[in-house]
Amino acid sequence: MTIPWRDDADRALAEAKESRKPLLLDFTAAPM
Amino acid sequence: MARFGADWTPTILILDADGQERHRIEGFLPNDDFLAQLHLGLAHAAFTAGKFEQAAERFEKIVRDLPGTDAAPEAQYWAGVAKYKATGNAEALKATADAFKQHYTDSTWAKKASIWS
Repeated sequence: MTIPWRDDADRALAEAKESRKPLLLDFTAAPM
Repeated sequence: MARFGADWTPTILILDADGQERHRIEGFLPNDDFLAQLHLGLAHAAFTAGKFEQAAERFEKIVRDLPGTDAAPEAQYWAGVAKYKATGNAEALKATADAFKQHYTDSTWAKKASIWS
């Protein structure tokens, strides 16, 4: 199973709203 | 990261379809605990969306499949609440209180459910 990762949080939020699905935000490797 | 209040890594946020934070996982967790927390977040998102039957199923899956995780007591509690919200039948709450007499007896969630006995 591939995960459709996005780099654009706003785009991901918009997709979640349109699809009425929850969204996972991952800050695992984000710079401090 | 600041926009979402993520002050440390790893931080995983589960948002509902309207962008509201429903669950937060901060710091490392072993595989089963991490998986349980992911399921917990999705279950909470379903609950707040009013999808109580789906939420109950997701909560129960954690208790059934990941019983040794820290998320399991919380999942047991919310499974009962979700079943009550889905059916309006308070017996679901009593059954949850009874379940805590068998499992996770010393947990905070057992204390929260004790009122339903």
